[in-house]
Parts: sequence; C-alpha cells; structure tokens
Amino acid sequence: MGQLIHIQQQDFSVDDAYKAMRDAYGSEVGGIASFVGLVRDRNAKAGDGGKVQTLTLEHYPGMTEKSIEKILGHAEERWPLLGCHVIHRVGTMAPSEQIVLVMVASAHRDAAFAGAQYIMDCLKTEAVFWKNEQSDLGQGWVESTSEDQARAKLWD
Amino acid sequence: MSQTIEVKFFASLREQVGVAQLQIGVTSLDALRDALQEQLSEDKFEHLLAPNIRLAINQELVEGNWRESSLALANGDEVAFLPPVTGG
Repeated sequence: MGQLIHIQQQDFSVDDAYKAMRDAYGSEVGGIASFVGLVRDRNAKAGDGGKVQTLTLEHYPGMTEKSIEKILGHAEERWPLLGCHVIHRVGTMAPSEQIVLVMVASAHRDAAFAGAQYIMDCLKTEAVFWKNEQSDLGQGWVESTSEDQARAKLWD
Repeated sequence: MSQTIEVKFFASLREQVGVAQLQIGVTSLDALRDALQEQLSEDKFEHLLAPNIRLAINQELVEGNWRESSLALANGDEVAFLPPVTGG
C-alpha cells in the first residue's frame, strides 16, 4: 500500500491530491474516498458559546508523522487498501479553512469508505496534535472529547 | 558518568510548566521524576503526573504506567510529556 503523510503550514488542494492519487495507483483502483476537515467557528468548549477567531495546531515533529504512519499501517491490516494519503496542517487557521485531508484508494468502495472513516477516527485520538482556540472569550486548549474516544473504541 | 536527557513539554503542559524544554542529567526514569520534582514547584509537577498525561521516550509512547517505571535512560534520550491529543 502506498502511504503519503504531509504535515504542513500551508493550505492544500484537494484537486491536486486527488490527481496525485489517481496517478499513483493506476487502473487497479476502483474508488477513492476522501474527507476534508474544516475549522468550525463554534467554540469547542461546551456551553461557552464563544466564536472561534483562529485555531492554532501544535505538533511534535517526527513523532506526529510516526503516529500517523501507525494509523495507516493498522488501516492497511484491516482493509485491502491501495493507497492512503493524509495531509494535516499545523499553525494558525481561520474558520472555514481546511485542516486535514484523508484520501483512500481501494479496488472497492467498502474498503475505501471504511478505511477513510477509521483513519479519521484515529487521527482524533492517536495522532500527535494539539488544538488551541482563540475566541472572542479568550484562548484555550481544546480538550479531547469522550465522543471521539468512544468512536475510536468502536474499531477495537 | 555524565549524560544529558532532553525533556520536552507540549501544548497545555508547556504553558503550565512554563518552559518547552529542559536538559537534565539522569540515567533513569525514576531519577528523572525526582529531578523534576526538585526543580519544579509542586503544582507544576502535579500537572505532569495527571492521569491523562502520556510519556514518550525517543518519540515512542511508553506502555504501562510510566509514573512507576524506573526504565534506564541513555545519553541524548528525548523524553516528552504529552497531554491528550486533539488533532483531526
């Protein structure tokens, strides 16, 4: 399986990523599933009601890439995937900007959909990133949610 | 024998401890805990030991309870304290 992991400050083009994936895996590919995560303007802190002005993502260079490699390796063990590409941004972003792209190629749709969802669920709980929100009510570190933990556990 | 361990703190822990990185001369994880307890104020040290904090040595998560581990550390090892992750 082909893996591509990019951690970068700059925005990404879904079109370019899609084209790269089509070029990389040839006519064996029967389907490509992709998910793009965007910055929401609603504050993640429950009940606080603040509007997010900017979101800053911090990572641990080296370990972050390794943590994503592990997730993609596990996805490959579970489904017959031909390629998994992940682009994850770090640094400061405004609402509506793209944060993350997960793109999965497979011979059949079931594996592509499931693989993309699995990778996304695990990115929430295992990939080494931290979000800090700057809202009209101040700034603070986003806390991991029990919903995200529960979602990832469903795959155990 | 003198050696240096690179200790890193990320995200909320970096703010709570007040530094991103420390260099400490120890040869095991229990000695590192003792050294940090000595160097940091009580409340800062408590943040490090919180139940949801994970520890990585040379960018690999330590399995099991690192708070009770006396794992040996080698010169130049990188020990990182990681609060719960929130990517994606």
